[in-house]
Amino acid sequence: MVTALRPRTIADRTFGVGIVLFFVCFCVTILYPFWNIVLTSFSTPGSVNHLGFRLWMAEWTLRPYRYSLSAYGNILVGYANSVLRVVAGTALTLAMTFLFAYPLSKRDLPGRSAITMYIVITMFFSGGLIPLYLLVRKLGLMDTRLSLILPLVANGFYIIIMRNFLMTIDAAYEESAMIDGAGYPTIATRIVLPLSKAVTATIALWTAVAHWNEWFFAMLFIDDRDKWVLQYILRRMLTDLQMVRRDMVAWDERVELLPTVAVRSAMTVLTIGPIILVYPFLQRFFIKGVFVGSLKG
Amino acid sequence: MAGIRAPPVKVDIGKVDIGKVDIGAAAGHERRRKARKYLVLYLFCLAPATALFVFHYLPIWGVIIAFKDFRFGLGILGSPWNDFQHFRDLFLDPFFARVLRNTVIISLLKIVFGFPAPVILALLVNELRNQPFKKAVQSISYLPHFMSWVVIAGVVMEILSPQRGIPAFIGHLLGAEEVPNLFMDRALFRPLLVVTHIWQSVGWGTIVYLAAISTIDPTLYDVSAVDGAGRLRTMVHITLPALVPVMTILFLLSLGHLLNAGFEQIFNLYNPLVYEVADIIDTYVYRVGILDIRFEFGAAVGLFKNVIGVILLVAANAIIRRFSEYAIW
Repeated sequence: MVTALRPRTIADRTFGVGIVLFFVCFCVTILYPFWNIVLTSFSTPGSVNHLGFRLWMAEWTLRPYRYSLSAYGNILVGYANSVLRVVAGTALTLAMTFLFAYPLSKRDLPGRSAITMYIVITMFFSGGLIPLYLLVRKLGLMDTRLSLILPLVANGFYIIIMRNFLMTIDAAYEESAMIDGAGYPTIATRIVLPLSKAVTATIALWTAVAHWNEWFFAMLFIDDRDKWVLQYILRRMLTDLQMVRRDMVAWDERVELLPTVAVRSAMTVLTIGPIILVYPFLQRFFIKGVFVGSLKG
Repeated sequence: MAGIRAPPVKVDIGKVDIGKVDIGAAAGHERRRKARKYLVLYLFCLAPATALFVFHYLPIWGVIIAFKDFRFGLGILGSPWNDFQHFRDLFLDPFFARVLRNTVIISLLKIVFGFPAPVILALLVNELRNQPFKKAVQSISYLPHFMSWVVIAGVVMEILSPQRGIPAFIGHLLGAEEVPNLFMDRALFRPLLVVTHIWQSVGWGTIVYLAAISTIDPTLYDVSAVDGAGRLRTMVHITLPALVPVMTILFLLSLGHLLNAGFEQIFNLYNPLVYEVADIIDTYVYRVGILDIRFEFGAAVGLFKNVIGVILLVAANAIIRRFSEYAIW
């Protein structure tokens, strides 16, 4: 590039080498903690307390995974609940977002600015944790899977972002469809929705990741073990050692063969697994999304 | 439907002698036509507006519980008012002073150390010339952003474990008798929060800055090269100044979120031994409100936080609006 215009100085070269070295260290700092968890998850009792950095192990065991995937490990139930939550939550949030954003993208809609205000207020004010908790109780949603989805279906930020995107769609598409006799429902689903794939995909991804990673509502609202989501099971494993020991003993008397940290690590690996798997393919959508969402009203 | 009917109506009005038409009737007709046209759009809004009402507006209204003596049998409406007793309790509560102090200190530490981090990282990423390496670095740097704090807590507790992790290793090398447990050490817990916060968010934070860098006029770099500036000087004098507008906005926004010190992070990393330095408003609201079942007091603490929070955020937003189009509303 530009630097080719003049001979590269020694200082510039040192600088170039320096930042490459810096970034190698940086990447190790980000990745090694994850790799460490992977190694721990395959550790035998003999190798689990290894001190210091290691890139490989002599002994590997699948025992922590066998336990995690057994009925006592709870993880299969957790997967089912998490997947159900992500799918249903994302679908509902997308529907709500589009239904609200589409009318608001019409500049001539009477009352448009008042409705927008109605949404923006929710982005600034919040009742806080306690009123929401009491509301969910009052609505009889305690210990139901709906309690994890319904409070999150209408999100002001998503609605405004999608509205802003829809406003950039050329009105000529809709006008010609109207002359052909199409009503708003047809136009919205047949014309506008296909044209807004980019923003829909972005919001879908954000919602899906948020639901996959969410654990606080699960902790607040869900008691029944059959409805626990993955993240909450993992949290319990990290905080409730007694529960872990009890379950492990129930699975197999010889728990001395199964280090608790190895089980916890296996759980962690199984929890982040899906994200790591889809991450390389979806990464660019996430990043695009940051700019789709530049909040201009 | 509405679309087809619209043109003939217009034609009719055009043909009629304006002088003889009852203007009010025509306007009413026009209004009804418009209402019919938009009716279906309002119907679209119905479900999401209801969801927003139930799960955002009802809790805002439910905050009045903070001013009441809540009895389950009577409900929020029926419970008696109690003359701001919860707020008087709150200002006398020694724990409230502690969580307020911790919230502000932890937030400020995160801003002081965490705010410059993505700026610096973006400047350095921009200097990488090998495209595949640059792409790989970026992908890796974003990764922790997609992990929940439950997962990160698990990962961090393992790597920093006093029995197996890096502290144990370093302690072993130095021949130390005992290794500090970062998670239980009051002096080290806040630095731990700041470092893990940066570790998790620095990569994702570079995206906005890299976008700003990509808009810089390339001729500026040519001029800089002709003037004989090295890469470091070009970075400091050309690239960095271009980031100042974005930095200003993000800085103001982070001040607007001063009372959000990072609930998910702290809640997953802390324990009673470090409450003294790590307990923040949000964690306190959860413990006192939900675990101790003091709903009204918890709601009062939450309300205090939200009121100050809104003032800060609106102020930050108002300042941003003065000089930029990127305000939230």
